[in-house]
Amino acid sequence: MTIGAPLPRQDAAVKVTGAAQYVGDLEVPGALEGVFVVSAVAAGRIRSIDRADALTVPGVVSIFGPGQLGVTGPIEHWAAGQASMPMTDAEIRYEGQPVALVLATTGIAAREAAARLVVTIDPLPHQSSFAASLDLGIEIKDWAPTSTAVGSVADGLAAAEVTITARYRTADRHHVALEPSAVVARWVDGGIDLWTSTQWVFGVRAAMAQMFSLPPDKVRVRSGYVGGGFGAKGSTWPHEFLAVAASRAVAAPVRIVLPRSQTFTLHGYQPATVQELTLGARNDGTLTAIRHESWNAASVADDYVEHGSLGSRTMYACPNIETRDRIVRLNRPQPTFMRAPHEGPGMVGLEIAMDELADRLDMDPVELRIRNYARHDPTSGKPFSSKALDQCYRLGAERFGWARRSPVPAAWGPGGVRIGMGMASALMSTFRFGASARVTLERDGSTLVETGAHEIGTGVRTILPQIAADALGLPIERVRVSLGDTTLPEAGGTFGSATTLSVGSAVRIAAVKLKERLETLAGEPGLEPREYAEVLALHRLERVSEEGTWAPTREEGAYAMNAYGAVFVEVAVAPHDPVPRVTRCVGAFSVGRIINPRTARSQVIGGMIWGLGQALLEDSRLDPALGRFVAKGFGSYQIPVNADVPAVDAIFADEFDPHASPIGARGVGEIGTIGVGAAVANAVFNATGVRVRDLPIRVESLLQP
Amino acid sequence: MEVRLTVNGRERGAEIDPRAALLDLLRDQFGLTGAKRGCERGECGACTVLVDGRPTLSCLMLAVASGGRSVTTIEGLAEGDRLHPLQQAFIDHDALQCGFCTPGQILAAVACLAAGRANTDDEVREWMSGNLCRCAAYPQIVAAVRAVAAAR
Repeated sequence: MTIGAPLPRQDAAVKVTGAAQYVGDLEVPGALEGVFVVSAVAAGRIRSIDRADALTVPGVVSIFGPGQLGVTGPIEHWAAGQASMPMTDAEIRYEGQPVALVLATTGIAAREAAARLVVTIDPLPHQSSFAASLDLGIEIKDWAPTSTAVGSVADGLAAAEVTITARYRTADRHHVALEPSAVVARWVDGGIDLWTSTQWVFGVRAAMAQMFSLPPDKVRVRSGYVGGGFGAKGSTWPHEFLAVAASRAVAAPVRIVLPRSQTFTLHGYQPATVQELTLGARNDGTLTAIRHESWNAASVADDYVEHGSLGSRTMYACPNIETRDRIVRLNRPQPTFMRAPHEGPGMVGLEIAMDELADRLDMDPVELRIRNYARHDPTSGKPFSSKALDQCYRLGAERFGWARRSPVPAAWGPGGVRIGMGMASALMSTFRFGASARVTLERDGSTLVETGAHEIGTGVRTILPQIAADALGLPIERVRVSLGDTTLPEAGGTFGSATTLSVGSAVRIAAVKLKERLETLAGEPGLEPREYAEVLALHRLERVSEEGTWAPTREEGAYAMNAYGAVFVEVAVAPHDPVPRVTRCVGAFSVGRIINPRTARSQVIGGMIWGLGQALLEDSRLDPALGRFVAKGFGSYQIPVNADVPAVDAIFADEFDPHASPIGARGVGEIGTIGVGAAVANAVFNATGVRVRDLPIRVESLLQP
Repeated sequence: MEVRLTVNGRERGAEIDPRAALLDLLRDQFGLTGAKRGCERGECGACTVLVDGRPTLSCLMLAVASGGRSVTTIEGLAEGDRLHPLQQAFIDHDALQCGFCTPGQILAAVACLAAGRANTDDEVREWMSGNLCRCAAYPQIVAAVRAVAAAR
């Protein structure tokens, strides 16, 4: 059984030796290096571009301004991160918008010329402040409903003995994958040959085909190794389209590697949210009403809904639930999905509110959650495909030592340091997509799995071979995988925590078909793997190959599907220097079957550290006067570093989800990021008695007047 | 202008742009792309190499300043097919995910061990905090460095 084995990453050796090639590492003979010049203002109109000085830099080949790349916008396409296309007109719609593209023979020359280009912009008034603009919130049509109602919250509140109403806030945050997005574009033979650091080669292909009016088979997209994505590389963004247009214009390969500063504005970010929660409950803790309204900052040129109330629709058993998500259009860069979207910010509100309710009821926070445990989806009425959250509460509490928690805030700690414990539930709706894969067995027993999924650090390069090896009864050493290329069988994007369950199911189907084919060739069932070579030799075949396709079925639509977790956190807060420090963190997760416990553990531990970033550090300040994200690097946008990270432990419930996927898996990639933010805030309350409703928690949040 | 230096034990010379950083020289002229360009201003650590044994942010060091020095990159760490113990430990402890920061992490860890600063988990955390990992493999990185320290 290779499924369930903690096998080391198949790509670990190339990564520890520096041999793994990312797009920026490719040797591309004759490539020109491109650098964008971007707008420093949030709204305006380009008056002039003075190229004279920039053109004196040796090595400069071309400088393109608006309208000079032969592209017109906008692009309305499901795989594009934003519809509005910069460099098509003189309008400035957001800060960081590309206004010119410099091409040179070296990156050094391109950077210097970009710095010397003089772009004059007439600024226009802009509205960028989210905090001041909530009344501009609107509902728009999106992939999920923006409002839901079951029962009557008014009736539920009338029946309540205790109510909680409060506002909660999460900050603007950036993905900041360590690899800045990079693209190498070649316009060749009237088609496109593209390398790009993407989480979705087939999405890029479809968007490029539409943008450049090409049949998809004239567009080839490859991703290579991807240095982290987290959603920023999930869609196709303007720099990718513009690189292709530039290559067409100069008839040479064009490489664009975004400078770190531009990664803050050119491929989305997680927008700030404001959430208003109202909970009603009886004195025994039974919820009678949940109202969750969420607002997120969005762009004037585009739509992005952070569905902050999504989790509240399905988390707790309650007869009366109303939710609403609104966007506030502002002069800002376009936001996008970021690990974990929707419930990532949204569960912060719900789970701090639940802690407030537990405190008001003088009830243990775990007990309150178990009292309201949902046995079916309270909004849709559907049964859950599988749910082991009750196991998670128990396992997590035991591992953490929750029983030692004092319910009285600010109760204990050595030397004046306040120690607090807090917990929160985590939930993320399960996203699934259709996928195809091909499995090929050579006569020498070596096996190749091929699929257009992507290696972005999740472990897919190890997990897919495990699934194939398991179905074929082969040792893992004989199975390799080829990924990230639109010439391979089509798969969806490597996002939404969906690759293992979706692509893994396709691999399993292909491998099972292959085994059946071998048995047919042999004329007998129950073929042993050691007999494969003999069967191929007998039929004079060098190899046999089968494709498998998997897609969610309508029958499975009868189930509600979520990944779950229970997160427990201990914090220490010193009295005169009240910087909250997390000292321990335990997460227990219900995510279906675990294919590889080693890579899964790394995924959720990494996710929990993302949660620590949300709780304590990550806060991108947008200057409302300038309409500009102030931080443009790691010095000013803080993410967790090694010294920030305490003991983090993760455990998984023993589970097989028969409805989410044929391999029993749901999603692992994002659930770890959820719950930590609220759990830290709840632990800080337990430590200090100060209720913090805005993340990240800052020292000023805890300074007593 | 010309610069001569030792890279991974081998004498090398190159005609360089005076504006070039050591990182540009390694990546663009020597094809040693293990050192990564993550921020270009010394904030992320992905470009870490060893210069005369000291951990150095190669994006902040002018190439011309590397003249006469000895530079070790991730490509020069293994001895033939035999991985450096830290490379093996990173595999064994799953101390990497996307891998982009990994070369810099490993070279910083080499320096951490050489400096005798791997005696406790906290010491390793502190030393390794100049190397960002957005996948957040931090606990596994600490475990890998500590395991190699313990074996010495």
